[in-house]
Amino acid sequence: MLVVKHTLVALVEDKPGVLNRISSLFRRRNFNIDSIAVGSSEQPGFSRMTVVVRGDSAEVEQVRKQLDKLVNVVRVSDITYVAIVTRELALIKVKATAATRSEIAQIIDIFRANIIDVAANSLTIEVTGDEEKVDSLIKLLRGFGIREVVRTGRVALTRGNV
Amino acid sequence: MKKTGAQILCESLIKEGVEVIFGILGGSVLPIYDTLPQYPQLRHILVRHEQAAAHAADGYARITHRAGVCLATSGPGATNLVTGIANAYMDSVPLVAITGQVASPFIGKDAFQEIDITGITLPVVKHSYLVTDPADLAGVVKEAFFIAQTGRPGPVLIDIPRDVQVNEAEFVYPDKVNLPGYKLKPRVNAAQITKAAELINAAERPVVIGGRGIIISQAYQEFREFVEKSQIPVVTTLLGIGSFPENHVLSFGMLGMHGMAYANMAVQNADLIIAIGMRFDDRATGDTSTFAPQARILHIDIDPAEIGKNLRVDIPIVGDIKNVLTTLNKRIDIKEHVAWISQINQWKHEYPLVDDREDAGLLPQYVISRIYELTEGKAIMVTGVGQNQMWAAQYFQYVKPNSFISSGGLGTMGFELPAAMGVKVAAPDSVVWSIAGDGGFQMTIQELATISQENIAIKIAIINNSALGMVRQWQELFYSRRYVDTLLWNPDFVKVSEAYGIPALKVTRKAEVVPAIHSALDHSGPFLIDFNVEREENVYPMIVPGAGLSSILTLPKVSQDSSF
Ligand SMILES: Cc1ncc(C[n+]2csc(CCOP(=O)(O)OP(=O)(O)O)c2C)c(N)n1
Ligand SMILES: [Mg+2]
Repeated sequence: MLVVKHTLVALVEDKPGVLNRISSLFRRRNFNIDSIAVGSSEQPGFSRMTVVVRGDSAEVEQVRKQLDKLVNVVRVSDITYVAIVTRELALIKVKATAATRSEIAQIIDIFRANIIDVAANSLTIEVTGDEEKVDSLIKLLRGFGIREVVRTGRVALTRGNV
Repeated sequence: MKKTGAQILCESLIKEGVEVIFGILGGSVLPIYDTLPQYPQLRHILVRHEQAAAHAADGYARITHRAGVCLATSGPGATNLVTGIANAYMDSVPLVAITGQVASPFIGKDAFQEIDITGITLPVVKHSYLVTDPADLAGVVKEAFFIAQTGRPGPVLIDIPRDVQVNEAEFVYPDKVNLPGYKLKPRVNAAQITKAAELINAAERPVVIGGRGIIISQAYQEFREFVEKSQIPVVTTLLGIGSFPENHVLSFGMLGMHGMAYANMAVQNADLIIAIGMRFDDRATGDTSTFAPQARILHIDIDPAEIGKNLRVDIPIVGDIKNVLTTLNKRIDIKEHVAWISQINQWKHEYPLVDDREDAGLLPQYVISRIYELTEGKAIMVTGVGQNQMWAAQYFQYVKPNSFISSGGLGTMGFELPAAMGVKVAAPDSVVWSIAGDGGFQMTIQELATISQENIAIKIAIINNSALGMVRQWQELFYSRRYVDTLLWNPDFVKVSEAYGIPALKVTRKAEVVPAIHSALDHSGPFLIDFNVEREENVYPMIVPGAGLSSILTLPKVSQDSSF
């Protein structure tokens, strides 16, 4: 059984308790959620959710079917093996002195990230991309002293026409 | 016209065809109870513990195939329902559980008797609601019944804050539900039917495993037609008992941990398993890696998530059993499996069930057999959990559809008494026996008061082995007979019963069994018999826990003169 990261996307009703029903189902079926991202979708009253979990395909398919049975879940698919675009957004607060500021700015440039806040001894950086890009930027900035990181988790859509 | 939330609730229940509610009062449901007398169509049965309200509603639902309704107050009333809700969830029983909640402004404040019951029950409900506005109530009730009763049935909880019961709204009962995420019976896949028919027509040693799905779908006729046309031997799961008449030549009893040896041997030697409305529970399959090793597996179930959950399946068909079988019956050949069936009959002859032994005292098997004979197999048997349940499954021949009612998935001791009340209320003209263990009986014994007060004419048989018998059996077989707290001191059940106003008899010898059962049947009201059976009698056959269905333990030196 090959354990990999699976990306599930779900269209769900925007009602109280829906996120709880979904996360509780993962817990009950013994899955650890890597990340979960929720926000409104193109349809009013419905949210779209991206969930990343680790498991083998049969296990994930079982949990997908259980999710699909939740009354508030309209549709849920495992898009791990189809062509998708994925993005994650991260905000990184890094220590910056007069001496290091320009070096940091250069790195940020390469990553097409933005500086969104400047303080006397720190910079806050916004980066968007797949998780690997975010990971490597964080790695490079670590040497300067990272104060805080916040990441949204993966959001995903299938490519092209539907 | 404007009505209070409580009135809207009652009127909505009536619209759903509800006739009976099982429940107990409390501060958070007082407005509902105060409103009930305005609706004499709604019969309220006051139970003595909320768990019993849920089990009674569960028993009622298993008979009527409509959602049973139970009602409890907030806090402890609601938490007491939880076991009953979980029981219904595990056995796919339609249930609508209504709980009172503290008034909206108090929610989240740890108010007196506030409990997050929608949170607590989340993993054991099909769906749940916390109603925040009386204007939503009618729609919620409509949806709750729809969800509970359609597809794979299950329990739905409606939590109603006190102010929502009191405040007014316009009452309009919706005629449709709007549930964009609720997927119903998929269309039966024609290609799968073709593949299934090919497999069935080609099989040489096929076995059907019938589950409770057949009963839920009320597909008795279609199932029988399927089996008779294809001449395929039938075994059932525990909860599949009552899906097929056990006096039929193609019936070979129950499979699984305490299944008949010949049923398990048939499964282990089959070249095709046709699993219908069952979910490959571990108590039915034993070790799945050695289950039916030579067989291809065809699985028919309404729930897509059951396909491949516990076992690899060669051909799945997702759909309502009745629809699937109707289609499939047109595609299967008229066949015979003479050699295969005579082989299973041969096993049946070699490993018979025996309900008495000369050297033994009063045996529980003997008691169940006599209840079968004296009720001519027409009784509905509602069992407890443990040895009594297995003997009731093995030694009563179920010929009437849906006449075996038991807690299968959760295995809830104490289910038998309240569930039997619900069954009897749903089927007042049927003879209903509650088969209790002496241990389990004491978990819901307080319902004797409800039975007396409502004169619910069930017959109660305590299979009294002065032990938590099934656990004692495991200690005997797998823990070198170290009996840690499985031997029970019991009260005098006859006196207890009489104190509750229910006539009772104690039976200690074989010769007293038949007259006592006659007394119970001749009495018009409820009646209890305390059968004092052999303490260390075991349930056989038995599959060693964790082993495959071929590792069958039988009673040492079974005598061959079967009376089954
Ligand atoms: C509520 C609950 N608690 C514990 C168990 C575990 N258990 C299974 S069978 C059994 C013994 C049942 O004893 P009794 O009701 O006397 O029935 P018997 O097996 O003796 O027929 C126990 C304790 C259970 N199934 N349900
Ligand atoms: Mg006992």
